[in-house]
Amino acid sequence: MLTLSRWKIIAVTLSVIFGILFSLPNVLPQTALDAMPGFLPHKKLNLGLDLQGGSYLLYEVDTDALHRERLNNMVEDVRTQLRNEQIPFGELGLQGDVVSVRIGDPSRYNDAVNLLRKNIGAPLAGVIGGKDVAVNGKGDNRIELGFVPEAAKADAAKAVEQSIETIRRRIDSLGTKEPSINRQGENRIMIQAPGESDPSKLRDIVGKTAKLTFQMVDDTVTPEDIQANRIPPGSEVLPGDRFAPFYVVKKRAVVSGEELTNASQSFDQNGQPAVAFAFNGSGAKKFADITTRNRGKKFAIVLDKRVLSAPVINDPITGGSGIITGSFTAQSANELALLLRSGALPAPLNIEDQRTVTAELGADAVKAGSISLAIGAVAMFVFVILAYGLFGGFAAIALVVNVLLIIGIMSMTQATLTFPGIAGLILTLAVAVDANVLIYERMRDEANAGRTPMAAADHGYKLALTSILDANITSLISGLIMFSFGSGPVKGFAWTLVIGVFTSLFTAIFITQVLIGWWFKATKPKKLPIA
Amino acid sequence: MRWPLIRYIPRSTHFRFVRWAPVAAVVSAVLIVASIALLFLQGLNLGIDFKGGNALEITMSRPAPLGELRAAMGQIGAHDAQVQGFGSPNSAMVKFLPNKGEKASDASARVEGELIKRFPDLKVKSRSEVGAKVSGELLMSGFKALGVALLLTLGYIWFRFGLSYGTGAVVAVLHDIVLTLGLLSVARIEFSMTEIAALLTVIGYSMNEKVITFDRLKENLRKYRTTPLRDVIDLSENERLSRTIITGTTALLALGGTMAFGGPVLYPLVFTMIFGIVIGTYSSVYIALPMILIWGVKRNDEEATPVKFGAASRP
Repeated sequence: MLTLSRWKIIAVTLSVIFGILFSLPNVLPQTALDAMPGFLPHKKLNLGLDLQGGSYLLYEVDTDALHRERLNNMVEDVRTQLRNEQIPFGELGLQGDVVSVRIGDPSRYNDAVNLLRKNIGAPLAGVIGGKDVAVNGKGDNRIELGFVPEAAKADAAKAVEQSIETIRRRIDSLGTKEPSINRQGENRIMIQAPGESDPSKLRDIVGKTAKLTFQMVDDTVTPEDIQANRIPPGSEVLPGDRFAPFYVVKKRAVVSGEELTNASQSFDQNGQPAVAFAFNGSGAKKFADITTRNRGKKFAIVLDKRVLSAPVINDPITGGSGIITGSFTAQSANELALLLRSGALPAPLNIEDQRTVTAELGADAVKAGSISLAIGAVAMFVFVILAYGLFGGFAAIALVVNVLLIIGIMSMTQATLTFPGIAGLILTLAVAVDANVLIYERMRDEANAGRTPMAAADHGYKLALTSILDANITSLISGLIMFSFGSGPVKGFAWTLVIGVFTSLFTAIFITQVLIGWWFKATKPKKLPIA
Repeated sequence: MRWPLIRYIPRSTHFRFVRWAPVAAVVSAVLIVASIALLFLQGLNLGIDFKGGNALEITMSRPAPLGELRAAMGQIGAHDAQVQGFGSPNSAMVKFLPNKGEKASDASARVEGELIKRFPDLKVKSRSEVGAKVSGELLMSGFKALGVALLLTLGYIWFRFGLSYGTGAVVAVLHDIVLTLGLLSVARIEFSMTEIAALLTVIGYSMNEKVITFDRLKENLRKYRTTPLRDVIDLSENERLSRTIITGTTALLALGGTMAFGGPVLYPLVFTMIFGIVIGTYSSVYIALPMILIWGVKRNDEEATPVKFGAASRP
């Protein structure tokens, strides 16, 4: 093994060059980095939030709420469909997870079933019937409608995707530095915002559903009706603004925020902050129709189930734009405009986990980590050189290359280095030394057994190899498990360990081998220095 | 002084490791029982990762008055409030649960505001809020990771060395984990996600030790076919002694620096790893090997007769 083949020397040389080149950006000042030619690596270590400071937010998409909302919408859809076809019905409502309705005229029962089968629900691939809603006839002239089990899953997946996109648009317009927004598990969204030490602003922007609807005010309902809880089935009571504590509005929205093309902060005629908006073509047409037909009536502008304002329609609004007034400050109007521009979240988001580290604390952690690493490395160098002399020096050189390679690979792959990851790095170095210890102890055994120095060294590498491989495979297993089960800082720790296993194997075996091989060639020793 | 120092380690030693195995077994058994009892009686000091709740790391321009902070937390009205020193004397960790019906983030903001009102020089350095749902899942996935790690490494050792070795290794590693958990319970070290990482590293390091022990044992069993198993074990351990000393010292030196200078975040992690290195080395010699001694191993073609434990310390 100590006969140095050309590829071994090339591999070692290349790895050293690679290690130096790719770890270099971490120590160079920014000006030097900018001056470097473009083909050289520029990436620095990607520090975790615990090292550079920042905010971590974990949201869960409230898919239950989404499901309930879809069921409620289905009730309204069934009502509209049956009404349009003038099929008499009663007892329409939600029963647990299904919408149930009773058809008043038995002769039209089959018509009703067919009508609902045709018009309710959206296409969904991969299920029987090809639709996300199953319509079942029950006895006693009843029809039950429910979502197929796959629909909930598809809905949730779609909602998470949409939420991520919406959140990205919102955060981008906030100008936060390189946030990362990722899906986690089935219905969670993880947001990492480096450098953001006050997440409250982030939370305000991200957490709002921002569902905007224009709904007609139901003026047939008197205050006495509300008191007695006599609300017509197609209407609902919503909390209101400073003019009225609550409003009764029609459940069906005439236009919704999805049809907005633009929103911006502006002022109303009294100079109060307001939000100006513009509809797209179909939205503008719907809005024009409704305002023409309902002149003199009130419509409510509803945001997240809360009435912002309920102006009276004085004249038809045909231009497709208008302003929303309410008790806005310039800032809250600006924020609402932003939310409207980036679109509504399909479902409410609940915050599940939130962590913030200030940049100051991150800097402290970097300092503590660097000191620890330096002390650990120096202690190891001194000890291994004391213990094994020249060969210990070779092991120390291998360690240096190992550190360079780990930092180089982590910079190149942009794997996150976390605070626990630094401890992982230190432990990796210790285990890397173990490989050299195993080799050197083997050499000593073989030399004591009477082999020539060259043969002893050669056998040392050969015989220690299985132990080293076995040991590293067990480390690799625990590293990979940590990586797949862990989160955040632990993942970083695991990644450091896994990269370390490979670089340690390489450096502890090949670097020392090449160095010892050269040394043998140069000095032709009569005796191993460690025997 | 002669240099390199490796020459000070005698070329061949003749310690009778196996002889002390019964004593070690008793000590280990007592410690295991004590650890399990502790885990049941007082449990682990679960951090907010696993318990849920809020935590604020604060720093002040003077030594943090823990007593006053505790009193303040009592007035502010936060559930289950705890105030602990954290690293430097000027820092402290404040933990609490949100009030009923209060959002975790609102609770943090409220407590933070109230604290700053009472202590104007107080600064918040880090803020965490973990929901009950996530914390429960984290704890589950943490222990799942430990279980999977044990099974996979058992599988690997079984595949490489055979069943009796695999069982010996897993019993030894379980011993290490239980004792480590016991120590964490006694020392009231906060059990957080990083502690799971530390335990996984302990498993990795300990398995590593076992593998290297077994490699040498297996080799010697092939070399000395007729020597009694216990003598081969002693021989292998003596041959391995210098490696164990050097590697163990290197690892402890490397992590010692981190324990001293790594600050309060890394301290529990490194503390656990250091204990794991010590206990992992011990359990290789005194749990894994005696298990093999009791169980017996296949020595190439002939089956070794299992040795009755404790009955045969050599004269």
